[in-house]
Amino acid sequence: MSVFIDQSTRLVVQGITGRDGSFHAKQMISYGTKVVAGVTPGKGGQLFEGVAPVFNTVAQAVRETQANAAVIYVPAAVAASAIFEAADAGIALVVCITEGIPVLDMTRAMPYVTEHGARLIGPNCPGLISPGKSKVGIIPGNICKPGTIGVVSRSGTLTYEIIHQLSTHGYGQSTCVGIGGDPIIGTSFIQCLSAFQADPETEAMVLIGEIGGTDEQQAADFIQHGVTKPVIGFIAGQTAPPGRRMGHAGAIISGSSGTAAEKMAALARAGISVMKRPADVVPLLKERL
Amino acid sequence: MNLHEYQAREILRLHGIPVPPGDVASTPAEARALAERLGGKVVVKAQVHAGGRGKAGGVKLAGTAAEAEAHARAILGMTIKGLTVHKVLVAPTAEIASESYVGIIVDRASQRPVLMVSPAGGIDIEEVAAKSPEKIHRLAVDPRFGVLPHQALALGFALYKDVVQARAAADIMQKLYGAVYAVGASLAEINPLVTTPDGTVQALDAKIAVDDNELDRHPEIAALRDTSAEAPAEVQAREAGLTYIKLDGAVGCCVNGAGLAMATMDLVKYYGGEPANFLDIGGSSNPQKVVAALRIITTDPGVKAILFNIFGGITRCDDVANGIVEATRQFPLKVPIMIRLTGTNEREAVQILTTAGFAALTDMDEAVKQAVAKAKGAA
Repeated sequence: MSVFIDQSTRLVVQGITGRDGSFHAKQMISYGTKVVAGVTPGKGGQLFEGVAPVFNTVAQAVRETQANAAVIYVPAAVAASAIFEAADAGIALVVCITEGIPVLDMTRAMPYVTEHGARLIGPNCPGLISPGKSKVGIIPGNICKPGTIGVVSRSGTLTYEIIHQLSTHGYGQSTCVGIGGDPIIGTSFIQCLSAFQADPETEAMVLIGEIGGTDEQQAADFIQHGVTKPVIGFIAGQTAPPGRRMGHAGAIISGSSGTAAEKMAALARAGISVMKRPADVVPLLKERL
Repeated sequence: MNLHEYQAREILRLHGIPVPPGDVASTPAEARALAERLGGKVVVKAQVHAGGRGKAGGVKLAGTAAEAEAHARAILGMTIKGLTVHKVLVAPTAEIASESYVGIIVDRASQRPVLMVSPAGGIDIEEVAAKSPEKIHRLAVDPRFGVLPHQALALGFALYKDVVQARAAADIMQKLYGAVYAVGASLAEINPLVTTPDGTVQALDAKIAVDDNELDRHPEIAALRDTSAEAPAEVQAREAGLTYIKLDGAVGCCVNGAGLAMATMDLVKYYGGEPANFLDIGGSSNPQKVVAALRIITTDPGVKAILFNIFGGITRCDDVANGIVEATRQFPLKVPIMIRLTGTNEREAVQILTTAGFAALTDMDEAVKQAVAKAKGAA
C-alpha cells in the first residue's frame, strides 16, 4: 500500500497547457501516473500528448473522466481560485504546487476545501509520489524507489536530498509527501504521520522540518502518543539568523521562537532519532529497524 | 515587506481609525516646521525597521520647535541595529491615560486571521503574553464574515469598562481588520492604543507588514517600499529573483531551495566553518540568475570560498553550470569554488564544468568539507 495516491489515482492537471503544467504533465505521464484530463479555460477540446483530453472546467473533466485527484500549476494570482474550483467539482485530493499564493487567499480557501470534504496538499509544495505507482507533482521520479519508508517534509530540494540518501542505500519509500512551506497548508505533518502509521506497508517514517512556526513541536507530541513505528527527524536552519520577526504578534500567538534547537529538542523528547545532517538518515534508520 | 510607522499610520487614517496628527520629515528644518505647526511640544521618532528605537536614542521628546530641530539633527543619519535613519516622524506629545494592545496576524494553527487584544499594552506586551497569558484576549475570525459587531464589542469591553470607549475600540478593531484585507497585510498592530485624559481612544503607534505575495495586486502599497532601509545586496538579490541574507562567515553559499540552503549552511557549521550567507536561487534554472548570485556573493569581502549545492529537480544542473562558466567570463573569481550538482542533467553539467576547468562533485558532505577547508586555508 501507500498513502494518498496509488494506481487508482485518476489525475486532472489544472493549467496543463502552461509552461510548468505541460512539462510536468509529461513527466507524470512517463512515470506512469494516470493523467486522465487537463483543464485550461478556452483550450477545451484539445488532446494533450495523445492521452489526456483538455476541458474548460474541472467540473466537466470530472464528469467525463471520473478524475478523483487534481494537481494545480496555475499562476499564484489565480491559484486559490483553482483550489476552490477543484473542491467544488468534488475532487477528493487537491495538490497545489504553485508558490507565492497570498496567505489571506488561503484563509478563505481552506474552510471551503474542508467543507467540501476534500484534502488539500500544499500550496507551495513539490507534491507527492508513491514510487512505482503514481506521482503527482514535481518530485523527480528517478531518485525514488519503491519500499517501506514514509517521508514527509516541509521543503522541496532538501526532501530530494534525503530521498536520494535513502534510495542509494537501499531504503525505498512507500510514499513521499511534500506538505509545503507556507503558513497555511492543507495537510499537516500530523495527518501524514497518522496515514503512515495506519499504512501496513510503511515500516518507518522520516520527518523533515525547518525553522518557524510550531508544526514540528505538535508533530512530536502526536508521535509520542500516537505513533508506534520508528521516526527519524531533521530540522533545517540550525545556523539561520534569528530575526525576520513578525512584530510582537508572531511571538504572542505561538508562544515560541520557532528555532531549530527548540524543535530538535522537542523531537528528541518524543523519542524521535534526530539527524544532525542529511547523511545521518541511513545510519539512524539502521539503528531503529 | 515592512512598512514604516508613518506609512502604517497613514493606512490606519485612510481606514477611518483615529490617529493623532503628525507627519514625516527628512531634514531638521522640516522637523522644525512640523513642530511649529503642531505647537512645539512634540516627539521626534526615527523611522527604521528595527525594534528598540527608544533605547537606541531614536525617540526624543521636545519642548519647543528649536529643540525638535536639534533632536531631528541628532537622529537623522544615526544608525540603529545597522540601519541608517533617513526620516523622522514628528507628532504632538500625547497625554496618555491608558495603553492597550490590538494586533491581527494570520495564525498557522487555526488557519485564520486572529485578533488579539490586551489591556496591558506598550513595550512589554510580549512579556505580558509570556507571564500573564490571561491578559491576552484572542478571537479567531471567520474570514467569510469578518469581525462581527458583537465579537468586537466583547473585545472592546476587555479593554475598557466605559461603553463609549469599548464601542470606539470595537470600531477600531473592525476597521483594522478591514485594512488587513484591503492592503494584503500579514500583520497589523496598534501598540499602544491609548486613551487620552478626555477619554478619546487613539492609535498612537502602528506596525504593518504586507505579504510580499500581495504586492502585485497592490501597486500603491508596493510603491511604499523603502530600499534605503534594506541592505543593498538584499535589494539587488530581490531584483534578480533571488533570496539573499548576509551573515558573517567565510563560506559563500549558493543553493536551490530554501530548505536545502539552510541544511547546507548547517553542514558548513557541522564541519567547523561559518556560512557567509543564505542564498536561494529558487526553482527555475535561468543561467542569468546564477550570474547574479555569484556577483552578489563575490562582493562580500568576507567570503574566502564559494560553495554551490544544487539538487536538480525543476532546476537543471546544466543551466547552473552554464551560469557559473558565464559568470567567470564576466568577472574572475578571486576565491576557490566548490561545486556540487546532482539530479536533472547532471552529466551535461559535469561535462560543461570540466571543459571549463572546474571540478564537479556529486556528494554534498564532500563538497562542504572541501569548501570549509579552502575557506580556512585562505584565512
